[in-house]
Amino acid sequence: MGDFFVDPVRPVDRALITHGHADHARSGHAHVMATDDTLAIMALRYGEDFAGATQTAVLGERMEIGGVGVTFHPAGHVLGSAQIAVEQAGTRIVVSGDYKRQADPTCLPFEPIACDIFITEATFGLPVFRHPPAEEEVARLLKSVRQFPERAHLVGAYALGKAQRMIRLLRDAGYEEPIYIHGALAKLCDFYQQKGIDLGPLEPATVDRANKEGFAGAIVVGPPSAFADRWARRFPDPVSAFASGWMRIRQRAKQRGVELPLIVSDHSDWDELTATIHETGAGEVWVTHGREEALVRWCEIEGIKARPLHLVGYEDEGD
Amino acid sequence: MDAFAQLLDRLVLASARNAKLALMRDYFSVTRDPDRGLALAALTGDLSFSSVKPAMLRTLITERMDPVLFAYSYDYVGDLAETVSLAWQQREGSRPNDRDISLADAVERLSSASRSDGPRVLEDLLDRMEAPARFAIIKLVTGGLRVGVSTGLAKQALAEMGGVHVHEIEELWHGLTPPYGELFAWLEGTGEKPVSAARAMFRPVMLSTATDLAELANVDPSEYSAEWKWDGIRVQAVSESGTRRLYSRTGDDISGTFPDVLEAMDFDAALDGELLVGTPPDHTGSFSDLQQRLNRKSVSDKQLKAFPAFVRCYDLLQEADEDLRPLPFVERRKRLEAFIGALGSPRFDLSPLVPFGNWEELEGLRTAPPHPVIEGVMLKRHDSRYLPGRPRGPWFKWKRDPHTVDAVLMYAQRGHGKRSSFYSDYTFGVWTGDAGQPELVPVGKAYFGFTDEELKQIDKFVRDNTIDRYGPVRAVRAEPGHGLVIEVAFEGLARSTRHKSGVAMRFPRVSRLRWDKPPHEADRLETLQAMLD
Repeated sequence: MGDFFVDPVRPVDRALITHGHADHARSGHAHVMATDDTLAIMALRYGEDFAGATQTAVLGERMEIGGVGVTFHPAGHVLGSAQIAVEQAGTRIVVSGDYKRQADPTCLPFEPIACDIFITEATFGLPVFRHPPAEEEVARLLKSVRQFPERAHLVGAYALGKAQRMIRLLRDAGYEEPIYIHGALAKLCDFYQQKGIDLGPLEPATVDRANKEGFAGAIVVGPPSAFADRWARRFPDPVSAFASGWMRIRQRAKQRGVELPLIVSDHSDWDELTATIHETGAGEVWVTHGREEALVRWCEIEGIKARPLHLVGYEDEGD
Repeated sequence: MDAFAQLLDRLVLASARNAKLALMRDYFSVTRDPDRGLALAALTGDLSFSSVKPAMLRTLITERMDPVLFAYSYDYVGDLAETVSLAWQQREGSRPNDRDISLADAVERLSSASRSDGPRVLEDLLDRMEAPARFAIIKLVTGGLRVGVSTGLAKQALAEMGGVHVHEIEELWHGLTPPYGELFAWLEGTGEKPVSAARAMFRPVMLSTATDLAELANVDPSEYSAEWKWDGIRVQAVSESGTRRLYSRTGDDISGTFPDVLEAMDFDAALDGELLVGTPPDHTGSFSDLQQRLNRKSVSDKQLKAFPAFVRCYDLLQEADEDLRPLPFVERRKRLEAFIGALGSPRFDLSPLVPFGNWEELEGLRTAPPHPVIEGVMLKRHDSRYLPGRPRGPWFKWKRDPHTVDAVLMYAQRGHGKRSSFYSDYTFGVWTGDAGQPELVPVGKAYFGFTDEELKQIDKFVRDNTIDRYGPVRAVRAEPGHGLVIEVAFEGLARSTRHKSGVAMRFPRVSRLRWDKPPHEADRLETLQAMLD
């Protein structure tokens, strides 16, 4: 249909990209269509020549590709993220991409789109995943900073989206101190700031502050992988925190050596997934990208036709 | 309830002692009575409910949730209490309107519930709470919080909160009951120190400091008595006006585990000694024999018969109404000898003094003790009063040198806190099987004994030689021709059915890194097996 692919994992002629996370947005396609923010993020990550040609999709504006109607709608996942509605012969299919329903001060909120077939992600598609309000999690982080003023708090957060959201939430909670960031976050934080998302004073978490007490009481944000690395040695007796929906499961936190799990996710939890399926009014649901079987089971109980789409190449651990 | 749930969640993930202490201190300082006292009771294992059984949980959740979705969830999470707490679907209309239901409310409802209405009471509580509090409630009713806090650590947090010495808390502890209002009032300076009304109270134990020949060179041997240091567990047996208690050295009441000792406490006194198993004076069992009797809630007749417990006495702290602690050691010793002689019980015997002329002579006795259950000698100054804690000087312990074995590093795990980016917990093994094709079998784990500089070196070795990863654990190259040999020191060896190697080390630690030694020259399992008693 229409001769294009959504979030292809291999280079193709025409790709429609929902958002800038690396497992969805890859370089090397001949033609790429995405929101302007997503295109800018891809250029930041892969260089200006990440695709042969690019075309900006304006949210809510219908376009035609090979006789097929295509419309991008906000997905509430990260800055620039979109769902893609595809229409042909009176049938509308919505590809959700990754999405969440919780408020996020760093991106536009998800809009439910009425459709016949809803292709939904299911990263947290189990009834055990219910994300608490992110503000409560940030309050727990700040409480811990007060409790342990002699230690640095290392907040593991994905470089695109989660990191900026955590920083913005800290500012909303009244935290005005400089926040130290890992080098991998610098470009994206700059980009968010340019887009008018005020992240407050950010400083590089450089080794120059090697008198370790320099980081006592500080909040440091970096990609989760960095904290298991030698990089983390510059901080005094750090409290390792991780902002992720996976942190709902205690064993996950234990396995990663996380001392302060923060349950903050850019994906929908179980209640958001099920509520969204109802809102779209879809008669048929395709479930992908996560724990398909539980959500398919739920659809069956609700009398909604559903099937799993087992796609390869996406990171199960997304978030 | 929220604050208590958060405390538990943080305690279970905090590995450093100081972090745990800070978390408890903070909680006790900002939480009101009686919640904090009930939390304390929960942490020390003094809170239990009989109206709810763990088996009910599964029934309760599948009454309100599709069993298939529950099965997927349980399968993913792996822990029943956690799965139920997370997947619990609040009943329509029972949105947590009183979300801040207090710990005291919850405890009150659960403890006043009968066996028949227990499940409904639990269900109602779960409906009114968020996931972390639901988890805390389920842990409370199913028993065993398992957050890595000992009673001793909880007492230490109380002591720090009130700026008092932990001995004062230990001494009072057994006269206090939840929710400990009086205790908190005293610690906060709003009330008098509680007067211990309990009979057979615990007396804080006197401990010794480690010494060696170099230090003793400056000490006059004629001022000290020596006695054997037995390898059991230090206990205090207190009997007063019919109340009998056996305490561990931190003041935990372990009476229930040793009915045989308790039965023999037909006296009015407080004795300090070593708990051992066997039939004195002919037979004294090993530490691994003693382990058959430790940490049990109930004890079978078979165990009582196979491993009878007794106390080998070191000191007499109280006799009838007289507190002997201010007396000099030699005086107390005379009283102890007379007391044990008159008692004539097979469950209480005397730890003999070891006569010696000079340190070199004692050194000879120490290195070749007459009994395998001796782990060194104790030195006690003749004039020493019985003081709580570990004063330096009046008492020394001079332990037998540890055993050592050369083992090969097999796995390394990342540490926590200051060590969170270092591979600092090591699993090591020794060779077994055919000499031509030997295999390593793990024999223990060690996570201290090295310097910061050595830690960096091992960490680098681990990162450069990783062959596999399992979460925070890395498997490292450990082959006859390539690997890291660690000299491991340990205090003793016991048979173990839980370990593949069949042996378990006591108190293993890294004693030296043998970068110079090729792995194939490390020890074999047979060497360890020969050390089993």
